[in-house]
Amino acid sequence: MKLAPTQKHEVSHVAEVSPAVQFLSIDGAFAPNEAAEEYLPYLQELDEADHRRFYTDMAVTRRFDEECTNLQRQGQMGLWPPSHGQEAAQVGSARAARAQDVIFPSYREHAVALVRGVDIVDIVKVMRGVSMGGWDATDPANGNFRNYCLVIGSQTLHATGYATGVRFDGAYATGDVESDIAVMAYFGDGATSQGDVSEAFVFSASGQNPQVFFLQNNHWAISVPVTTQSRTPLYLRAAGFGIPSVQIDGNDVLASYAVSRKHLDDARSGGGPQLIEAMTYRIGAHTTSDDPSRYQTPEQLAYWVARDPIIRFETYLRAQGADDAFFDEVHTQAEDFSADLRQRTLELGAPPLSTIFDNAYSEPHPVIDEQKAWLQAYESSLTEGA
Amino acid sequence: MVAATEELPLAKALNAGLRAALAADDRVLLMGEDIGKLGGVFRVTEGLQAEFGTNRVIDTPLAESGIVGSAIGLAMRGYRPVCEIQFDGFIYPAFDQITSQLAKFTARTAGAVPMPVVIRVPYGGHIGAVEHHQESPEAYFAHTAGLRVVSPSTPNDGYWMIQEAIASNDPVMFFEPKSRYWPKGPVDFALSAAPLHSTRVVRTGTDVTVIGHGAMVAGLLQAAQVAAEEGISIEVLDLRSLSPVDYAPILASVEKTGRLVVCQEATGFASVGSEIAATVAERAFYSLESPVLRVSGFDTPYPASKIESFYLPDADRVLEAVDRALAF
Repeated sequence: MKLAPTQKHEVSHVAEVSPAVQFLSIDGAFAPNEAAEEYLPYLQELDEADHRRFYTDMAVTRRFDEECTNLQRQGQMGLWPPSHGQEAAQVGSARAARAQDVIFPSYREHAVALVRGVDIVDIVKVMRGVSMGGWDATDPANGNFRNYCLVIGSQTLHATGYATGVRFDGAYATGDVESDIAVMAYFGDGATSQGDVSEAFVFSASGQNPQVFFLQNNHWAISVPVTTQSRTPLYLRAAGFGIPSVQIDGNDVLASYAVSRKHLDDARSGGGPQLIEAMTYRIGAHTTSDDPSRYQTPEQLAYWVARDPIIRFETYLRAQGADDAFFDEVHTQAEDFSADLRQRTLELGAPPLSTIFDNAYSEPHPVIDEQKAWLQAYESSLTEGA
Repeated sequence: MVAATEELPLAKALNAGLRAALAADDRVLLMGEDIGKLGGVFRVTEGLQAEFGTNRVIDTPLAESGIVGSAIGLAMRGYRPVCEIQFDGFIYPAFDQITSQLAKFTARTAGAVPMPVVIRVPYGGHIGAVEHHQESPEAYFAHTAGLRVVSPSTPNDGYWMIQEAIASNDPVMFFEPKSRYWPKGPVDFALSAAPLHSTRVVRTGTDVTVIGHGAMVAGLLQAAQVAAEEGISIEVLDLRSLSPVDYAPILASVEKTGRLVVCQEATGFASVGSEIAATVAERAFYSLESPVLRVSGFDTPYPASKIESFYLPDADRVLEAVDRALAF
């Protein structure tokens, strides 16, 4: 993979940059590079149905993500952080995780949420301001997908603590990949500047935790380019923490799958923490409050649009024999999914006022009880007086 | 066989309480800097790693946010971590994880993910230490919704309150008055103490109520002793719980004495003492014979320790305020 225009100047500062793992060339041909060779066996686990599922996950995510941006523009949500462009990084890694694995997202991992079984309307609830956390991460239906975490990098420490607990419980390295747990934390290039992320690396490496740090380098922390965050390719930082790392073409869903599959299994088998840097790009805005035209050049955007992960995989699938009927069916599925999401979004009302108080603490709290009673009495006094 | 009551310093009483909690529930973990082999810089965890192992009493890397952030993850996995922050002034690197994550997880997850995490913080002055080692930062945490904040002043409270804090399903900030680590006091191993969140009357009196927490309580008792010799009867209250505050005993005392002096080592502006003064003024207005007065550390950074005795409120400063209240 060639480095993007935004990254070129970094190269002079490092002795050796290994090529990022890539199976699919930019034009969708299956052409594994040398770095991809060791990961080829992991692709052999996949059949045509898996490939088509990857495509469907990406296409559905692209569509509902666009719908959510529209809903925000129409005043139906306070905010939406688009995942456009990052679908391959997310879907490949999420499909690589096994059922027992535990995922700690940042706040843009909508495709991962979809793959793990979270109802996307639960994400909408958070962004619409009707729920703080959206989904119950302890409900098995949500696939061990923990709640979004908005303070940049915080979740990497939560993942590290959770993985420490997995280690203490002996719930890894038993030799059974179907039950041994690996913990995966998603974070971005901006987050790598946060102290919490470095502390997570230190604690995880110190304990040799069963976890994977999945870094989506989408090249932007809102308006600040990754070159401001780091003068070296980010995956090279891991070596300083004693963490094995690899860089992948994050817009190649097969690379994301195979590399994540291997390193999750390495981690669950007692190999200690691993880091994957997925080189991808945020095609859209940081959030709907943002205007990328202020800081992103048309050339940068064009460079990455030409590397669109979904178009690339479509080309590959067509070469493998997928026909228009398949793509039409996915298109319909994505439209239906997004229409249903829109309808259910519009039906979401404000939560009851009692939710201000109900879970401020787990155990009874006199101040909370008093204030809850006061608000109820105050509100009913207004109603009665009307 | 352990005697039902034993004379112990606070540090050893806390050690006994932590040992009891570790023995009672194998999901209880201790984690912090130097708490294992060394037994903590104040030896509060002495011997516990040898007894319970390195996976129960964990020497962590030197990073406070890492300690609290990973404790949050351990709590999600079903553990009950007890973190030690080595000194009061070193808690701020963990401030985000405490206030934005630990305090808010229960609300964020609509109760699905409780946070039974205790954060032990040796705090306060009087020990002649260098900068960052003598602070009283409790107000930051009392101000933060989602946290509970307590401070024992005696060995007996240390033994019982640490166990009650560990048993709580909410996050508890546990402020240990480090100048009180060494003086001995009776610990009753058989009889449960007062509930965690309760104010206690530690000396009855009729003329003025004084209230404080942690190391301040010793100064209040000393002041009451001196005042008694002058014929002034001071009622002394040990706050014990800074959030939530148990107001019933405070209001009952003020209704009796008509005068209140709120005392603390911490800086006074926007402090726990300010909150208590405001609440008493609201709720006991007609019982008050004088304005509620506050005795606090000055609103300055903690000074060089050779002059800390002029910064920290002591019995004389308490008595000066008592005189003002009585003169009103």
